[in-house]
Amino acid sequence: MKKFLSILAAGAAIMAGAYSAPALAADDPSPAVYASALKGKRVMLVPMAMGFDLAQGWAAILKREIDAFGGTFETRDPNWSVEAGAQAITEAISSDNKPDVLIVMSPDLNSYAKLMKKAQSQGIYVILIDNPANFKADAYVGSDWTELGRLEAKAVIAGCKAASPKKIGLVQGDQVNATSLYQYAGIMEVLGKEKDVEVVAKPDSNWDATTSRNVTATMLQQHPDICGIIDFWDGDASGAAAAIRDAGLQDKVFLVTTGGGEKKADCDKIADGTYGAVVTTELAQESHNMVTMIKYLLQSGQPPGTASPFIYTLMKPTTKENMRADSCWDLDALKAEAGIK
Amino acid sequence: MVAKGRLFGPGAFNQERIVLATAIAIFAVASFALPGFFTAENIVTIVRSVSVLGILSLGMAVVIIGRGIDLSMVAIMAMSVAAYLQLLANGMSDGAALALVLAGVIGIGLLNGFLVAYAEVPALFVTLASASFIFGYVRSQVIGADAVPVPRAHWVASLGSVQFLDIPIEVFIFAALALAMFLFLRFTKWGRFVYYAGDNPVAARNAGMPARPMLVLRYVISAMFAFIAGILTAASLHSMNTRVVNSTLLYDIVLVAVIGGIGLSGGKGGVRNVLIGAALTGVLLNAMTIIDIPLIYQNLIKSTILLAAIIFDGLINPRDEQTAQQGDI
Repeated sequence: MKKFLSILAAGAAIMAGAYSAPALAADDPSPAVYASALKGKRVMLVPMAMGFDLAQGWAAILKREIDAFGGTFETRDPNWSVEAGAQAITEAISSDNKPDVLIVMSPDLNSYAKLMKKAQSQGIYVILIDNPANFKADAYVGSDWTELGRLEAKAVIAGCKAASPKKIGLVQGDQVNATSLYQYAGIMEVLGKEKDVEVVAKPDSNWDATTSRNVTATMLQQHPDICGIIDFWDGDASGAAAAIRDAGLQDKVFLVTTGGGEKKADCDKIADGTYGAVVTTELAQESHNMVTMIKYLLQSGQPPGTASPFIYTLMKPTTKENMRADSCWDLDALKAEAGIK
Repeated sequence: MVAKGRLFGPGAFNQERIVLATAIAIFAVASFALPGFFTAENIVTIVRSVSVLGILSLGMAVVIIGRGIDLSMVAIMAMSVAAYLQLLANGMSDGAALALVLAGVIGIGLLNGFLVAYAEVPALFVTLASASFIFGYVRSQVIGADAVPVPRAHWVASLGSVQFLDIPIEVFIFAALALAMFLFLRFTKWGRFVYYAGDNPVAARNAGMPARPMLVLRYVISAMFAFIAGILTAASLHSMNTRVVNSTLLYDIVLVAVIGGIGLSGGKGGVRNVLIGAALTGVLLNAMTIIDIPLIYQNLIKSTILLAAIIFDGLINPRDEQTAQQGDI
């Protein structure tokens, strides 16, 4: 009997233990670890400018996520000035209220390399976005520009269809920016292998729409049988599109460009036939990759500069044929969601 | 006044003629050497590529001849049109938006002119400051992004595709404005006064000319020309990208005026000089694009030719006592 009672008691104890188990689960220590690592942390975004679709899209998603874990999110707007960007980074490093994570879009391979190294030595994690630089960042989040060029080249070959030989013109950005140089390398790698393809001209636009229009107009006059043009950025491709429109060659010349995949900038223009194909970046994915790296780095305990992984964003050539309602993102909707006016 | 150079002998090679000769030489060589250069279409392309630049330079020229400078032109051009397009996108009626923006453009011209003429602040500082103000105000308060698209089927978009005899409308507007400016400077009283005021402002005022109101008028003219150039840019590209404010366009405008022979010390030059400066720029850029020279080398070649022309002018026409005293900007 005594034995039976003790078994009963033991059973009751086990039962009691079992009932108290949910109370133990409610004490999951992980959220506290997460909160203590992230709460109050400062994240600063320094893009080349805040005035273009990608930067505003990144900022909207980052703000929503960082607000959610109780951090502080700030942006600086160098408005395309390399000096202003350098000053913003310098100030951030030397201020009392240093950011914990610095997200930098570098204007070229070298300008900010030293400054970013200095930031890391001060204990700031540096995430490099969109534009590669000669610097071991704690993560590079953005496009593989060579691959982007390959995708553009394949899109233009597809757009040229039956034309033979396929005469193709390039409107490059400039000769210093990594995005332009790597993009060119990727394009030439693919086009160079095709026997039937001839690159007839490759002027620079210096990322300016009027210059893009003027050089494209000249290119089309010199080579009226061009079947495809690749302009290196949707920010100036409106110029190449204007030249094609003025020459009345909308049906004959297939225009390929690349952009952030914003609706008004890209999808609307694919729909109305201005662009034949746009190699777009998955903005939401790219921004969430940044968020993941921020969360990881702040909890990792590793000193800045420990590792420098490349987190490439998936890219896709969007055309009239494969375009869906969700192929692009809408800047206005995203801003409204993040509570940005 | 327009330099009275003789066809032969000393004084025959002033800067204007040197630049004209250079432009003709490049044009001749390119016509022979480059297939597809000397065609009607390409010549139209050349003129068109410098039409907006030329219009801006006309506005700049009238200010420079009056011994001033307007560094706010590119900001006015980009920001006024960007604001206009943004107001339309916000749902304002076309008439109200246009009236508001035009009032802003004239207001900035008046403000520039007033500060230079009455507050006697140097034009360089006034217009540099107003350029920053216009850009900062419109960019932060009116528009949400660098580039503002032209609304679908709006008259600005339709204007871009207007052509007569296969020649884009910009070319005709450039020609019309050049003619109007020529008539103003050559045949109207206030036009002649611009030269006197530029040559010697104090003497012009002592002689009883309304020097200050005239000065204000010149800045209003340059602001209006900037707005027209902006509308034409938006008409062609179907959007206005305000990044152009950071570009070298402003220097190109001054360069076209100065390389054609309009002295920065004022009182010299005219519409002809702008046309010559624009011709050299257009021919040079077009030829280099056809040869497919990368942009960095293009800039190098462009600046070398311009520098050579200026040095040659300095050697052939040494500065006299008057210009030395008066100084440039």
